[in-house]
Amino acid sequence: MRPTNTRNPDYFHKVVDCQWACPAHTPVPAYIRLIAQGRYSDAYMLNRESNVFPGILGRVCDRPCEPACRRGRLEEEPVAICRLKRVAADHRDDITDQLPKKPAKTNGKRIALIGAGPASFTVANDLAPLGYECTIFEKLSEPGGLMRSNIPAFRLPEQVLSEELGYILGMGVELKLGHSVDSMDALLEEGWDAVFVGSGAPRGKDLNLPGRWDTKDADGVAGANVHIGIDWLGSVAFEHTKAIGENVLIIGVGNTAMDCCRTSLRLGAKNVKVMARKPRAFFKASAWELEDAEEENVEIIVNHSPKSFVLKDGKLTGMVFEVMEYEIDESGKIISQNMTGETTIACDDVILAIGQDNAFPWIEETSGIKLDKWHVPEVDEATFESTRKGVFFGGDAAFGPKNIIWAVEHGHQVAISIHKHCQGKMLSGRLPNEVDMLPTKMGMFEWRYSNSYDDAARRKMTHVELTKRFEDLDVEVELGFTAEQIATEVERCLNCDIQTVFEASLCEECDACIDICPVECLSMTPDAEDEAELRASLSASEIIEGQALYVSDALPLTGRVMIKDENVCLHCGLCAERCPTAAWDMKESLIEIHYADEQDAEQKIGGGA
Amino acid sequence: MTSFVKPFIRRKNEPTNDLGLVRADYDGAMSTLCAGCGHDSVTATMARAFFELSIEPHMAVKVSGIGCSSKTTAYFLRESHGINTVHGRMPSVATGAIAANHQLAYIGVSGDGDSLSIGLGQFVHAMRRNVNMLYVLENNGVYGLTKGQFSAAADIGSTAKKGAVNELPPIDPVSLALSVGATFVARGFSGDRDQLLPLIKAGLKHKGFGLIDVISPCVSFNDHKGSTKSYAHAYKYYNPAIHADYVPPSQQIKAAYAAGEVMPVKLHDGGEIRLRKLENGYDPRDRAAAIGKLFESGESSEIITGLLYINEDHKDMHDMARMEDRPLNQIPYAELNPGAAKLKELQKGFR
Ligand SMILES: Cc1cc2nc3c(=O)[nH]c(=O)nc-3n(C[C@H](O)[C@H](O)[C@H](O)COP(=O)(O)OP(=O)(O)OC[C@H]3O[C@@H](n4cnc5c(N)ncnc54)[C@H](O)[C@@H]3O)c2cc1C
Ligand SMILES: Cc1ncc(C[n+]2csc(CCOP(=O)(O)OP(=O)(O)O)c2C)c(N)n1
Ligand code: SF4
Ligand code: SF4
Ligand code: SF4
Ligand SMILES: [Mg+2]
Repeated sequence: MRPTNTRNPDYFHKVVDCQWACPAHTPVPAYIRLIAQGRYSDAYMLNRESNVFPGILGRVCDRPCEPACRRGRLEEEPVAICRLKRVAADHRDDITDQLPKKPAKTNGKRIALIGAGPASFTVANDLAPLGYECTIFEKLSEPGGLMRSNIPAFRLPEQVLSEELGYILGMGVELKLGHSVDSMDALLEEGWDAVFVGSGAPRGKDLNLPGRWDTKDADGVAGANVHIGIDWLGSVAFEHTKAIGENVLIIGVGNTAMDCCRTSLRLGAKNVKVMARKPRAFFKASAWELEDAEEENVEIIVNHSPKSFVLKDGKLTGMVFEVMEYEIDESGKIISQNMTGETTIACDDVILAIGQDNAFPWIEETSGIKLDKWHVPEVDEATFESTRKGVFFGGDAAFGPKNIIWAVEHGHQVAISIHKHCQGKMLSGRLPNEVDMLPTKMGMFEWRYSNSYDDAARRKMTHVELTKRFEDLDVEVELGFTAEQIATEVERCLNCDIQTVFEASLCEECDACIDICPVECLSMTPDAEDEAELRASLSASEIIEGQALYVSDALPLTGRVMIKDENVCLHCGLCAERCPTAAWDMKESLIEIHYADEQDAEQKIGGGA
Repeated sequence: MTSFVKPFIRRKNEPTNDLGLVRADYDGAMSTLCAGCGHDSVTATMARAFFELSIEPHMAVKVSGIGCSSKTTAYFLRESHGINTVHGRMPSVATGAIAANHQLAYIGVSGDGDSLSIGLGQFVHAMRRNVNMLYVLENNGVYGLTKGQFSAAADIGSTAKKGAVNELPPIDPVSLALSVGATFVARGFSGDRDQLLPLIKAGLKHKGFGLIDVISPCVSFNDHKGSTKSYAHAYKYYNPAIHADYVPPSQQIKAAYAAGEVMPVKLHDGGEIRLRKLENGYDPRDRAAAIGKLFESGESSEIITGLLYINEDHKDMHDMARMEDRPLNQIPYAELNPGAAKLKELQKGFR
């Protein structure tokens, strides 16, 4: 086979499972090492470079990094990456003077940003320090987007949100609150140099079953006591809604449903049931959100498909469900479904949490921005430009509802595009990622990282007592890690960015590395045509999708090759420690990702500015 | 950190053997040998052989003498019986242990110094008695532990690290074994585990004395140019002549083979060894041929490896001496020690 090209910056990047899985490619192990050293502010700033909102994300990130974490392939539980991010935020000093400053002079380019969610804020974060005049238009009275209106304060305290948004506003970004953009054509008339649409996916799905519109409130408005989840959460956040009935049914079992059921409990509901159409394996909510809801005694009922609303004298009294049965095959797919009966469940209120759609009633066809029939805009996946030059989409507005960290990553990419657009450059001419390899050896048995394997189990976040939790809507449930928890959890990280680097010409073929490797991921074998044949020589090889097999150059004595399964390597450095000729070495891979501010690198060098 | 240990990690989805144990259950303490020592590679291969044979660790006994090689019994099978004897005395201690309980799996680990100088007499007699054990001689041409003096296995003309030339003829443990009655004689190389692993498995399953002379380079004192036991030299002159696979009784139907290519040798446990000749006309059941082949290869300085000789029909020590079949610790005390009166009676018969 062809020897692996480790110079391809993606090779080592992919080995760092968490960083690779993170949409914004946060350098997780690097910041965990800073936390281990007590350098919380540095850890915070390193996070901020890629994910912009460490305090927010350290609490409510969707954390795609955690299911990807290597530790989860060795044992059951991944490193508590998200919790450690919060540690950096909780324990940082005042970092305001390390933030990019508002430049003394602007560059005269005016950028309009629609919606004050994480996407727009990230674009502004990247562009304002470069001199762009950024104006954010937000129809609500507070900034933050869904982070403010929908993510409840018991998960994300208001002060954490405001502080991190404040950092960006401090860079000279203008925020126009209570300012709804109602016509794209009119906005375009105003002659902005670029427009960013970060208005989210604001339309909660409805459920038009019999009886849906037959209830009436005191003023005779139809549909009383049946709420659209995201609208209801917004109205709770802005204190328009302060109470709910005793018995509440939540329809749907995604993350919105989890926030709805827990919020209901805080508004006085005594008996909350989350109604799921399918079995547990099909739930959309993250495992930890389900866990937290169940801890609060929310009942989750599976295999109930909503059929109709039940009313008495124009008042909602319950809902009828069809009880379902599913046949599931070995791969976990549903192969058939069957209705086994019907049941009525009593309730005072129903909250619908079954999804969100895009909606752009304010974008006219004349604007030249193409939307498909579901109102999803046609957007370039790399540049985020719409079909109209100079108009960009990002966050939930671009490809439908995702999460905060995706909105942030979109924001970074949009900022690069806007920067190029304003300079009249090709949007696609973006700087590729690079990788730097730094030595880590300090001496015999001494590496610049804590290489020894620690078998501690994942630390569990402590929660506020159940009795105290419901006293107020904004009692934050998670208390943060204690010193002991921090000290243990940082050691669980395997430092996957400290890479095993092999130099074939130095190898003596003595087997020392192969024997010392505690997970048996190395082997020397005659070269073969295909990967499966090479893998056969590994005693403990499982093929995991996306995990590479490293293949060295031919070895000097026998012409065999050294192979390494990247799947289970612990990055313990024992192979390098044990190698008599230092053919194996441990090097830190630094993935260099270039944001908007670095895109002019070639210009700087050329122009000597 | 001043030193390090290899962590014991039980990964999920890790392969297990018939006993439900993982490979690492057959590891021992962390090796203190020099990084790159061939002995460590042999240790790992021995551990894997026991793992693959699904031998319960407490049903195995490790015996050794003195030397870097002899130290390695500490580095595998942490839950087995073991004894480090004095220098060169391992064969007698092993013989005694086997006399007391021959139902355990015995593996002796020694070096060329331990076996061919101070321990030569004991080594030869254990082979002559066909003691039922596998004897792994990790051969590096020097006394590694005492910093690299020539051993009796050093070749004529081979040089020491500082340049001194060896003029004494070597003792070849393989020729020696063939001449004194060992019934399983093989040579391997720490750098070729594909060959060594099945050899160790076959040797453990063979009934009688099995010797594997393993070329196992000493990286610290005998891995230089001019040495005939260096990695570079061994890889260069290495000739894997006969490959032996051990096939346990349970797998015999599955592992089919084309007649003519493979020579099967039935073992006492019901399993069999399948010999694949990599060279024409060589029959490892023919002792004279084996001796001839060895002398031939000696001339060309090639290192001929593989299972060079096997005789599964010869009686082992236990059978020859008509010894008690039950382990002594399983015999009731009254039977084991019939008393002074019975002894007197017995002695009478010898008067
Ligand atoms: C209940 C709920 C819980 C969630 N929990 C999490 C979580 O725990 N973790 C996570 O990562 N993600 C979570 N999400 C998803 C996450 O909040 C969104 O993906 C993210 O906020 C999208 O950011 P955005 O910038 O694209 O848009 P948004 O945050 O939706 O912000 C858009 C803003 O634009 C404004 N706007 C819309 N139209 C106009 C207009 N015409 N003029 C002016 N302003 C306008 C809106 O008022 C809004 O403030 C959750 C979502 C919901 C609904
Ligand atoms: C009675 C006695 N004499 C001498 C020694 C010194 N001594 C220790 S190890 C050794 C030789 C070991 O050589 P070898 O068996 O080849 O082992 P290696 O270290 O090369 O693996 C000697 C002579 C001793 N320990 N005991
Ligand atoms: S062990 Fe550490 S570096 Fe490796 S994937 Fe998990 S968090 Fe990332
Ligand atoms: S760092 Fe080396 S010894 Fe450790 S697990 Fe990875 S390959 Fe094995
Ligand atoms: S001295 Fe030689 S034989 Fe002993 S451990 Fe070191 S390399 Fe191995
Ligand atoms: Mg020796």
